[in-house]
Amino acid sequence: MIQKKKVSRETLLCLVGAVAALVIVTVLENTIGPSGQLFIVLKKGAVYSLAAVSLNLLNGFTGLFSLGHAGFMLLGAYTYAILTVPVSAKDAVYYLFGGSAVKFSLPDIFYGIFGSEGAGGMAALTLGVLLAIILGGLVAAFFAYLIGLPVLRLKSDYLAIATLGFAEIIRAIFQWQALGPVTNGANMITQIPTFSSFNIRLGSGKTLYLATFFPFLILILCLVVIVMLINSSYGRAFKAIREDEVAAEAMGINLARHKRLSFCISSFFAGISGALFAMYASNAQAMVYTSTMTYEILLIVVIGGIGSVSGSVLATFLYVACSEWWLRGLDMGKFLGIQSGLFRSGFRMVVFSVVIMIVVLFFRRGIMGDKEFTDLLFRRRKKQKAKEAAK
Amino acid sequence: MEYAISVLLSGISVGGQYALIAIGYTLVYGILRLINFAHGDVFMVAGLIGIYLSASGIPLYLTLALAIILTVILGFTIERVAYKPLRSAPRMSVMISAIGVSYLLQNTATFVTGGQPMNYVKVPALSKMVSIGGASTSMVTVITPVLVLALVLALVMLINHTKVGMAMRAVAKDFETSQLMGIKINNVISMTFIIGSALAALGSILYFTNYPYITPAAGAMPGLKAFVAAVFGGIGSIPGAVIGAFIIGICENVIKALPFEGATTFVDAFTFALLIVVLVVKPTGLFGEKATEKV
Repeated sequence: MIQKKKVSRETLLCLVGAVAALVIVTVLENTIGPSGQLFIVLKKGAVYSLAAVSLNLLNGFTGLFSLGHAGFMLLGAYTYAILTVPVSAKDAVYYLFGGSAVKFSLPDIFYGIFGSEGAGGMAALTLGVLLAIILGGLVAAFFAYLIGLPVLRLKSDYLAIATLGFAEIIRAIFQWQALGPVTNGANMITQIPTFSSFNIRLGSGKTLYLATFFPFLILILCLVVIVMLINSSYGRAFKAIREDEVAAEAMGINLARHKRLSFCISSFFAGISGALFAMYASNAQAMVYTSTMTYEILLIVVIGGIGSVSGSVLATFLYVACSEWWLRGLDMGKFLGIQSGLFRSGFRMVVFSVVIMIVVLFFRRGIMGDKEFTDLLFRRRKKQKAKEAAK
Repeated sequence: MEYAISVLLSGISVGGQYALIAIGYTLVYGILRLINFAHGDVFMVAGLIGIYLSASGIPLYLTLALAIILTVILGFTIERVAYKPLRSAPRMSVMISAIGVSYLLQNTATFVTGGQPMNYVKVPALSKMVSIGGASTSMVTVITPVLVLALVLALVMLINHTKVGMAMRAVAKDFETSQLMGIKINNVISMTFIIGSALAALGSILYFTNYPYITPAAGAMPGLKAFVAAVFGGIGSIPGAVIGAFIIGICENVIKALPFEGATTFVDAFTFALLIVVLVVKPTGLFGEKATEKV
C-alpha cells in the first residue's frame, strides 16, 4: 500500500513539473518576445534532450554501447524533410534534379482536407508535421531493426564501431547524387515547416508564440513514454541485461528480443529528435550528422549520468546553454569582463572538452549518477522510514 | 594500363600509411582491449606539429624528427593522464575517455589553427616525381611500402625476440597474471603507446605529403579506416593489420576509379560495410586469435 502511494506521488510531481515547464515556456515567450538567446537554448535543448535520453535508453539502461545515433537522427530528419517540403516549393528546392520524385507533401494533403486558412490550416499543419515526425521515427526504427539483425550479436566495443560505421554508410548514401530526386543529393532540403510555423497570428496584429512550446510538448510526450517503458517489465529486463547478460538470460529474459527492442525504440526516438533537429535548423543536411554529433550527445549523457533520464535532460540544457549562450564570450574576446587574446574563436570548445575530460576522469558518475530527480527529493523520507522500520 | 598501375600504386601507398596507423590500434587493443579513438587525432596533431615546427624556421629533417618525438610525448601523456586512472574502471568508461580525448584534440586543433586548413610541409625527397611502368607518381608512393615492410619486420623482431616484446605478449595474453609475474604493466603499456604514436607520426608525414592541407577533422577518417584494417586483419596481430590496411587502401582507390557516377561518395562507406561484414562473418579477422569468454 505504502509503496503504491509513494509511486503515484512521484508521478504526480513529474506531471506537475512537466505542465509547469510548458506553461512557463509559453508565458515567457509571449511576454519577453521570441528573439533572444534564451529561446534558442530552450529549443535546441529540447531537441538534444530527446536525443540524449534516447541514447541513454540504449547505452545507460540496456548497456548496449552504440555510436550510430547521428545516423538514426539523419534518417528521421530526412524523412521529415522529404515529406513536408510544400509541393509549391519542390521545384525550387530540388532545382538541380528537376523537381522531386516525391510528388506530395503531408501538410499540403491536410490543407486539402481542412483548408489552409485559420484554425483549419493550423490543424492541418499540426497533423501533417506530427505525422511526418512519427514517420521519421518509424523509418529510423525500421533501419535499426534491419541493422540490428547482424550487429546486435556483437559485444561492447565491436558493437560501437559497427554502429558508427553504419551511421557513416547512411550518411554516404544520403549524399549520393543518384538519389538526388529524393534526398537532394549533397544539398540541403530547405523550406520545410519549422518551429516558428506554429506561431499563430491573432487578428489584432498580435502573435501567439508557440515556437518553443511545440518542441517542449513533443519532448515531454516522448519522455513520458520512455519513463513508462523504463519502469515497466521491459525496462527491468533492459537493466538486467545491462548488469549481467548471462544472469539475465538465466532468469528467462530473451536476450536477442530485448536487445532488438531496446535498439529499435531508442532509434525511434532518435529519429524523432532528428526530425525536430531539422525543424530547429530549418533544413536537413547529411553533412551535419557526423560521428562528432554522436560523440557530443554521448558526452552529454556521460555528464548527466549514465542511466539517469533527468540527468540527461539537465545536462543537455546546461550544455546547450553554455555553448550557445553563457560561454559565448570565450569566443568573442571578452568573458566576465576580462579581455584576453586567448578568447578567440574555438576557445569555448577547448574549455568544454577540458571540463568533459574532468567529468570523465574524476566524476565518473556524472551529475545524477543513476538517480532521478524524484529519488533525490524523496530520499530523506525514505531514510526516515527505514529508520522507523529498524526500530 | 598506365591508369591501372597508377591506381594500384596509390592504393598501395595509402594502404601503407593506414598500416602505420593500424599498428597503433592493434597494439593498444591487444593489450588494453581499448579502441583508442584518439589515435586518429594524434595522427592529425603530428601533422600540425610538423607544420608549426617548420614554420618556426627549424631545418626540414630536424623538424620531422622533432615532430615524431613530440608526438611520442603526446601519446605517452594521453595514456598517463586519460587512460591510466581508469585502469580498474569498466571498459566503457575508458572508451568514453578516449572519445573525450579525441574531442579535446580536435577542438584544440581548431582553436590553434583558427579552423583554417593548413598547408603541409613540402618534403622534396618525398614529393619528387618518378615514373613506374609508364605511370608517373611521387616518390612517397615508392617509399611507403618499403618503409612499412621494414618497420613491420623490425617490430615483429622486437615483439618476438626482446624482453620488452615478451612482456608485451604476456600482458596481451593475461593482464593480471603478468602483473603477478613481476612485469611492470604500466611501462609495457607506455611502450605500446610510444611505438604506436611514433608510427602514427611517421604515417602522418607520408600521408599528408599527398594531401594539400590538414584540417582538425583530417585524422578522424584515416583513424577509423586504420581501425577497420586492424579488425579486418584480426585485432592484436601486426601482420594482419598491415595486410588489412593494404587491402583497404587498394580497394578504396579502385572504387574511386570506378566509372560510375558518385563512386567517390562510397569510398568511406565501403570501408565500413567491409567492417560490418567482417564482424558478422569472421569476428576474429584474418589472423586473429579466437578469444574465449569466461563467465
